[in-house]
Amino acid sequence: MTESAIILKSAGSKRHRAEARFRAYGLIAIAISLSFLLVMIGSITMRGTGAFKQTFVQIEVNLPAEKLDPEGTRDPEVLRKARYGKLLKSALRDQFPDAKKRADKKSLYKLVSSTAEYSIRDQVAANPSLVGGTHPFWVRASSDVDQYIKGAIDGSLEESQRRVNDKQIAWIESLEAGGNIESRFNTQFFTGGDSREPEQAGIMGAVVGSALTLLICFLLAFPIGVLAAVYLEEFSAKGRINRFIEVNINNLAAVPSIVYGLLGLAILLNVFNLPRSTPLVGGMVLALMTLPTIIIASRSSLRAVPPSIREAAFGLGASKVQTTFHHVVPLAMPGMLTGSIIGMAQALGETAPLLMIGMVAFIVDVPGGVTEAATALPVQIFLWADSPERGFMEKTSAAILVLLGFLVIMNLAAVYLRRRLEIRW
Amino acid sequence: MAVSSDISIAARGQKNRLVELAVRCVLVLCALVAVATTIGIVASLLFEALRFFQQVPLTDFLFGLEWSPQTALRSDQVGSSGAFGAVPLIAGTLLISAIAMIVATPLGLMSAIYLAEYASERTRGIVKPLLELLAGIPTVVYGFFAALIVAPMLRNGGESMGFEISSESALAAGLTMGVMIIPLISSLSDDVINAVPQSLRDASYGLGATQAETIKQVILPAATPGIAGSLLLATSRAIGETMIVVMAAGLAAKLTANPLEAVTTVTVQIVTLLTGDQEFDSAKTLSAFALGLLLFVITLCLNVVALRIVDRYKEQYD
Repeated sequence: MTESAIILKSAGSKRHRAEARFRAYGLIAIAISLSFLLVMIGSITMRGTGAFKQTFVQIEVNLPAEKLDPEGTRDPEVLRKARYGKLLKSALRDQFPDAKKRADKKSLYKLVSSTAEYSIRDQVAANPSLVGGTHPFWVRASSDVDQYIKGAIDGSLEESQRRVNDKQIAWIESLEAGGNIESRFNTQFFTGGDSREPEQAGIMGAVVGSALTLLICFLLAFPIGVLAAVYLEEFSAKGRINRFIEVNINNLAAVPSIVYGLLGLAILLNVFNLPRSTPLVGGMVLALMTLPTIIIASRSSLRAVPPSIREAAFGLGASKVQTTFHHVVPLAMPGMLTGSIIGMAQALGETAPLLMIGMVAFIVDVPGGVTEAATALPVQIFLWADSPERGFMEKTSAAILVLLGFLVIMNLAAVYLRRRLEIRW
Repeated sequence: MAVSSDISIAARGQKNRLVELAVRCVLVLCALVAVATTIGIVASLLFEALRFFQQVPLTDFLFGLEWSPQTALRSDQVGSSGAFGAVPLIAGTLLISAIAMIVATPLGLMSAIYLAEYASERTRGIVKPLLELLAGIPTVVYGFFAALIVAPMLRNGGESMGFEISSESALAAGLTMGVMIIPLISSLSDDVINAVPQSLRDASYGLGATQAETIKQVILPAATPGIAGSLLLATSRAIGETMIVVMAAGLAAKLTANPLEAVTTVTVQIVTLLTGDQEFDSAKTLSAFALGLLLFVITLCLNVVALRIVDRYKEQYD
């Protein structure tokens, strides 16, 4: 081999190594990016699935007729007025007579949720024949007990380091031994509104709030976005004004979402005096925000309709409006809907503008209309993430899972629409 | 007979023309909603910001080094004036955005290069939607992830190596924000790289260059303006991002370049100033609009420049 051939060969292998290295960098970059996705979804799923279960405790409660219903009417209205908290507490004391000191009694009462008395009240009111006897009731365990049962609170830590003390652990163990502790599917999480107590908190209010907000958003953004796209693609002269509107829309698409919130606060709330914290205002702000997305998607969908369709309609004597609305728009509709669903999915995950217009209030009731104060799913996540109670961490992760579930459904719907309905020309 | 049908046709023509005109008007109105939104944003921000600048001079706001918007309830209270210097907020915003870009630029760019130049159709079809998933995750989820998982991990990691990392460090917020921005950079750069004409690649291969050499010496230089544009768009996104920093960054304004310390950002301050009880005419509330205006102007400038670069670049190869 000549010297130059050796040099060439070694240069060649060096260049090959450089090639392989460069290729590997690309693969590593993708692997790192996707592993972030995996870690994020994985860790949130691990933390969140616990919230779909809730621990219940069975307590024998004595329901003396003379206290609940002295007149013997057995009227649910009368039964509802009795004080079940006292009965529950004495039932707990009867079950665990070793709690004598004030502090012990206090921690004993903390085994069950502070909302447990209402669940007993509702059961008694629904079934007045319970009055006058001692009956077992399954009630919600407090969040701390729930977390301890799920293993989120480590019992081997120093007593001062954990939220469940040694006495409570002994009681929980004796309850467990008697088969009086059960883990059930947490329906309250899906059907209840927000609450200060983690074990009672649910996402229904937030889900309904999000649905109402998205409804307003869609009703405003879809027609306006589609018509604006029709104007820009089909009607306007391709001149300066068209160009100006186009630049405008592209820039709006990149404006930070919080600025839309400021717009809503300054104009919708302070100038037009629309009701604060409501899905109506939230929907309007999100509509302005998603408008550019819908316009851009609708325009590209209109552009994809071949000119032959328009020419055929014109040839048969249709006017510009007839051609557009009878032929071009229906053909472009699947693409427009796909774009709108993706826009709605973005709007569903948006939090910052809703904070600006006051949808961060603590609201227990499920909203009944678009002008009632409400919160939205991402805002609920933000609020729970801020709560110091441990039980809310689980709830936050679970709410994120629900939100991601909705987003996946919406995106799959968009993909499905595109595959099934979109016409390839 | 003939006359009456002529009349009816003429009348119908008249009606049709009216309908056409009405439809046109409605369409123009809809297109103008976008313009009205822009005007609304500028007007509302300017109006409220001007009221703020009547109370606090513009120069104090733009060049002041201290930010403590707590105005006192009584006029004789200590520290009743409040300080509205935006410099620490801008510095904090830039620090976090810079960390995000340092994370996202290599990862996003290399992913784009691999997807555009190396990956098979099948790999592309799987990896691209997965990366776009990252973009579809709501920012509040990133915020939760940053505050509850990334920040404690960094703090514990720092502790074991002898650093002190604040639990609201700029690093945690910046890292997480970087992950959020990866798909933005990768998909924009992917488009840009794909727009480079095949003839350039063929010429380079013909001269004996390897694929990596072609990418580094031919494609990337040709795509540089487009890539620069997409990086600018990503920066503007990072600067305007709200939820991640609200949940993971600090509240106290501090002028520092140390990523291990807690800093605050423009968006965090807007949210803190405007959530909770507010009196609408106080300098404290109005300052949020001044910050909003500042944010809007900065991101608008970045966007205009970026979009212009990308547009011009596209024309070059069309």
